[in-house]
This record gives sequence, structure tokens and C-alpha cells, in this order.
Amino acid sequence: MWQSKTVRTSLALALLAIVCLALADLQISAHDPWAELGRLMQGLTHPDFTAVDFLGKAIVRTLAFAFVGVGAGAAAGLLLALLFQHRAVRTTCAFIRAIHELFWALIFLQFFGLHPLTGVLAIAIPYAGIFAKVYAEILDESDPQPSKVIPHGSGMVAALLYSRFSQAWPHLATYTAYRLECGLRSSAVLGFVGMPTLGFYLESSFAQGHYTTVGALLLLFYGLIGTLRLWVRPRLLPLYLLAAPFLLGDGLPIRWQSVSRFFTEDIVPEPLRQGEGVAGLLPWLGELLVDEALPGIWNTLLLTQIALVATGLLALLLYPLVSQHFTGRHASGRIRGALGHGVLVVLRSTPEYLLAFILLQLWGPSMLPAVVALAIHNGGIIGHLVGQRSNAITLRADAPRGIERYAFELTPRLYGPFLALLFYRWEIIMRETAILGILGIATLGFHVDSAIQEIRFDRAMILILITALLNIGVDILARRLRNRLRLRHTASCEP
Amino acid sequence: MLRRLARVLPVALPLLFATSVAAASPFVFTAIPDEDETRLQERFQKVADYLADELEVEVRFVPVKSYAAAVTAFRNDQVQLAWFGGLSGVQARERVPGSRALAQGVEDAEFRTYFIAHESTGLEEGAGLVEAMRDMTFTFGAKGSTSGRLMPEHYLREAFGEAPEEVFSRVGFSGNHSRTASLVASGAYQLGALNYTVWENELEAGNLDADSVKVVWQTPTYPDYQWTIRGDVDERFGEGFADRVQQALLGMDDPELLESFPRSGFIPVDNADYEIIRQVGQQLDILD
Repeated sequence: MWQSKTVRTSLALALLAIVCLALADLQISAHDPWAELGRLMQGLTHPDFTAVDFLGKAIVRTLAFAFVGVGAGAAAGLLLALLFQHRAVRTTCAFIRAIHELFWALIFLQFFGLHPLTGVLAIAIPYAGIFAKVYAEILDESDPQPSKVIPHGSGMVAALLYSRFSQAWPHLATYTAYRLECGLRSSAVLGFVGMPTLGFYLESSFAQGHYTTVGALLLLFYGLIGTLRLWVRPRLLPLYLLAAPFLLGDGLPIRWQSVSRFFTEDIVPEPLRQGEGVAGLLPWLGELLVDEALPGIWNTLLLTQIALVATGLLALLLYPLVSQHFTGRHASGRIRGALGHGVLVVLRSTPEYLLAFILLQLWGPSMLPAVVALAIHNGGIIGHLVGQRSNAITLRADAPRGIERYAFELTPRLYGPFLALLFYRWEIIMRETAILGILGIATLGFHVDSAIQEIRFDRAMILILITALLNIGVDILARRLRNRLRLRHTASCEP
Repeated sequence: MLRRLARVLPVALPLLFATSVAAASPFVFTAIPDEDETRLQERFQKVADYLADELEVEVRFVPVKSYAAAVTAFRNDQVQLAWFGGLSGVQARERVPGSRALAQGVEDAEFRTYFIAHESTGLEEGAGLVEAMRDMTFTFGAKGSTSGRLMPEHYLREAFGEAPEEVFSRVGFSGNHSRTASLVASGAYQLGALNYTVWENELEAGNLDADSVKVVWQTPTYPDYQWTIRGDVDERFGEGFADRVQQALLGMDDPELLESFPRSGFIPVDNADYEIIRQVGQQLDILD
């Protein structure tokens, strides 16, 4: 019974993806995509590190925005986690994390402009929502027993610190470190909308075909993420956090009138601003829905479904790369394992946005670059986690080998955790799908970007709101499916 | 660790704000990112140096990533002067009361859009907007561009009586004029529309293979790029500052500087000269 439900759900999702595949635009329109890819590869093998001044600046800014953003997000998230039993807090957190950091950045750009605060808040706000949820889950899982034996009259803070926190501490720290890695990716990507981070230079070098600079930027970025564990030490963290705010750069000064104008004028729907009242509002909304929101939603759903199944397939193909049951445990196996590990690190540490941007340059605009980018990044993450999970399984001495071991032994045993992870990332995939529209793929982000380019924030805000609701909807659906299939899901679903 | 973190943050965050207040404000300008960035950076750094000499104030050029970002920075008073396109200038001046167009390039009084086609389309030079274009792929420049979006869309609608999305099998937004040229030259898109000065610049610089792509139609003329300044600069930088900026712009005669635009010189202009752009913007529902 258990199994058939899982199989049925999986098949239904796959079938749906095939239908979507038939409806989607997956054409390669570039004239000579492989020559372009060749040039990129040549850039990666011959990186030009000579433009040291701006490379260094880009790296410092990328780190600074990540540290300040994630630090502020973690602090706020921790406070919210303590209040997570309140429905209002939970709803607020679900809402703020349903809006992608690039959308937050686009919003803040309208009134803080090119000031560091734009980048910091764009990371801190959605991260606070995510931190709150995961911290609350981790704290919930800690044993309540110690808090019962704490003497009466101990302060609430002391009680929390010595019971729940001390137990949950390793998990909290691991998770926060993981989010710091995500924060670096987010920070780099914020450059695409004008923050002075890696993405800023990457976009312009790419646009001008300076592939040797692109190569240098990409390699620096991988280096940064690959060595994270070496230089992010608990002892050094306070130092980083203290230094980071000073390394954000000056940007341009904020005019506070712009902030109030944004809230009292810019985002008020046009018919209301013109004094047409509700009578004018309805046709305005209707037009927005029919012309932009619905096509955007349709394409977002289509792309999400294809990307979800592609992610799943790729993850199932990739996990043996880091599974000891396939690489072997002895010296040569370790090397193979390390290689496999390296491949997955590169796959998962490239932000989807960046990958999609690169593939779009190579293949031309269609959904194909987006599907491939989403599958590579998310497949890399899930493959890594499933591989790790497989290492906890002990096989019998007479277990089958090779393809039989994969198909009949390990994959069936790992399928439950695999699905749980995939459903966990469903919402994340959809959030990214929407944002990829900014690159020119006709998802919701495309229409948000158009509205912003037309300086119509009233429309942009409604479209962003719709995107957020869609994400929340998928999150609820994924949770229902997990419950129906009795898949355990906990904070440990995130690497 | 988290306790330490909690101690650090309240100190660190206000510092963030403090750094921004302390800096004295220079005269800042920006430009729409309509071309390759290195070229823009080079061009406008020269302009910044020139203006600093002429006006005897600190002048800073700030690059932005989109047309809307240029308008927003102008509107939020983070920049006081901008080199806008026709449409972005109208968008900006509508939102900043008192702001005015100061100067346009000699060429901008009679600007044009070129429609270009890849050789594989079989379209002849000067073929016009013909029925044979139907179902081909087509790319505009940036969404907020006058010569790369507004005017070409206007003339496409006039010729075909339909939205571009109905006429072509695929409609893209390349982002800027240089990219439109290279996308059509490579065949990634069959057709494209772009700023004619960028086209001629790219041809001259040898960035394009003249055999693989040709101009199939040019639009009638319309007013385009202009320098626009905020109305409140006189209060901040002294009486008559806007006029001095205008004189400095009109007096720009260094051939090297002008060539980087490329313009043969700058001439005075005022807000009313862009009325036609505003009307087309409203027709296409890009302006409210």
C-alpha cells in the first residue's frame, strides 16, 4: 500500500511533466551554441586574473553582503523562531520567504536605490523567514526534559539557553553555516540588479564576451565556496561580522522621502491614485490578471513541473557518485568519491540564476536553459544528500553489485528520503522559476520585470504578491503529499 | 556564538546607516545602459572629468543595470543629471516636477531606428516591413528603450495592425543595442530593431560581419536621447547651476569626447520637444 501510493504519485508527477514538456517552448535558437560554449570553456581554462583591483573588490563586496545579510537574517530569524507558536508569526514568515531575494532587491531598489541597505535587506528578510522556520523545527525536536528540571525562578532566557539551546546548538550552527553558503550565492546574484557584487561584473563581462574575465570570476566564486570550511571558523566569525558592515561600500545616499512616496503613491493601484475608486480598480485588476498574471502563472507552473521531475531524475543519476556503495571504501574508492564530491560541489554551488543566464547566452531564449539550470543546481543538492544518506545503509555481504545494486537494492531503499527531499525543494524550485523570468523566460518574473521597467510598481507589487501566493500554495501541496506518503520531513532535509 | 552574534549586530547595523550620512554629496550623474558597459564607463568618465573642470564641483558617474534603474536613481535624487533616452527622459521628468531637458545630440533631433535582418531570411536591403517577416523571430533592445522598443513597436503595429507577439514567432528583449546587433548577426534572432548610431558604430569598429546582416528598413525620424537635470540643483549647488551645466554640455567640443557618444555636438532642447514620445508611450500603454 505504502509503496503503491508512492509509485502512483511519482508516476503522476512524471506524466504531468511529460504533458508539460509537450506544451513548453524548449527550442535552441542560437545559431552556433557549441562555439559559444567552447569560448566559455576556453575562458575557464585561461582565466584572466589581471584585473585584480575590481576582482578583489567584487569578492570583498560579495562576502560583506553575505555576512551582514545572513547575520541580520539569523538574528531576526532566531527571535521569530521563539515566537513561532503564534499563527501570525508563522504566516508572516511563510510570506516573506515566499518572495525571492531578487524581488526584494528590486523592491528596495525603488526607494533605497543603490545603497548597501538594499542588498542587505534583500538577503536578510527572506532569510529571516527561512531561519525562523528551520530554527523553530530544530528547537522543537530538542528534548523538553531538561527544561522541566530547571529550578523555578530561573529567567526565561537562562532556561532557554541551558535547556533547548545547548542541545540544539550543533544543529543550529550547522544549519546557519549552510545558509551562509546560500547567502554567498544570493549575494553574488544580487549583482545582476546593480549591487556591486560578483554578478555585476559577471553580467557585464558576459555581455561583452570577455570570457577570460568570466572564467576568472567563476573560478574565484567556486574557490570561495569550496574553501568555506577552511576560513569560516567559529572564532573568526565575530571578526567577520564586525568588519563586514564597513566593507559594503558607500553606494548613494538614501532620500527618506522616496521611502514614504513608495508606500503612499507608487504602489497604490493607478485607478485609486487617479481617484477612480473601486469602479476603476476592477477592470484594471482584470486586465492585469488576463494579460500578465495568468500567462505568467501558466508558464511558471509548466516550467516548475518539468524542472521538478528533471531535478529528481538527475539526483537519482548523480547520487552514486558520492555513495560509498558505488565508489568503494578503499584508497582508489576514496579518490573516486572525492572526485564525485567535487563534481556535485560545482553543480550545486552554481546559483540557478547564474547557470540560466549562462545557458541563455549560449542557447537563446526558451525554457530549456531554465530547466537545465534548475535541474543541475537542485539535482546536485539532492544527489549529494541522497548519497550521504546511502552511506548510512549497511548492505549484506551477498548484496548484488553494479547496476543491480543500484536498481534493486539501494534506490528502492532511498526512494522515500529522496522524495521527501524533492518535495522539500519544490517550493524553492518554483521560487527560482519565477525569478528566472527576469532573464527573459516568460514566467511571472518576466512580467514583474516589465512592470518595473515601465516604472509601474503598483502592477509589479501585485504580480510579486501573486508569485508569493503561488509559492505558499506549492509549499502546502508538498507538505500534504509528504504527509500522505508518510515521508518524514525535518530540518535535516536541508544540507 | 549566537549570544555573541546578538551582541555584535546591534552595533554593526546602525553603522551601516552612519556611513551613508557622513559623505558630502558630489554632483552625481548616470546614463541609461544602452551599450556595452566598458564603452559607457569610458565615455562617461571622460564626461565626468570634463564637467568637474567646467563646473568646479566634484562630479561622479554611477553606472546602473537598467533603464528603469536610471530613472529611479534620478527620481530618488541619488543622481541629479542623466543621459536618458526619449522614453526614459519622459518617464523621469513626469515624476520629478521642475526637472528639465537641457541638451540633446545634434543627431537626436532626427533620430532613427534601423530594422535589421540576418542574411538567412533572404530579405533584401531596404525591403521594408513586409509580410514575409511574419513568423520569423524578432528581438527588441531593452524594454524601456525608445529606439530599441518604443518606436519600432509603434511602426510594427502600424505596418501589421497587430502586436509584435502576434506577428513574430518569438519576440525577445536583448537588453541593449550592441547585443541586438550581435544576436541578429549570429542568427540567434532573424530580425531586430536598434539605435542607428550604435549600428553604424559597430559596423565601423568592425564588430559586425556586414555580409551576414543588413538594414531592411529605417523608421521616420523622432527625437531621442537628451541630458535631463533635476529642478532642485540650483538650491543645492548654487543659483544658476542648471544653466551652467547646460552651457557646459553645449560647449562640449572635444572631438574625442563627442565621438564616444557618437554625436557631432550638443544643442539646446526643452521638455516640449518630447511630446511625440509621450503620446506614443501612452498609445502603447507603456506610459500611464
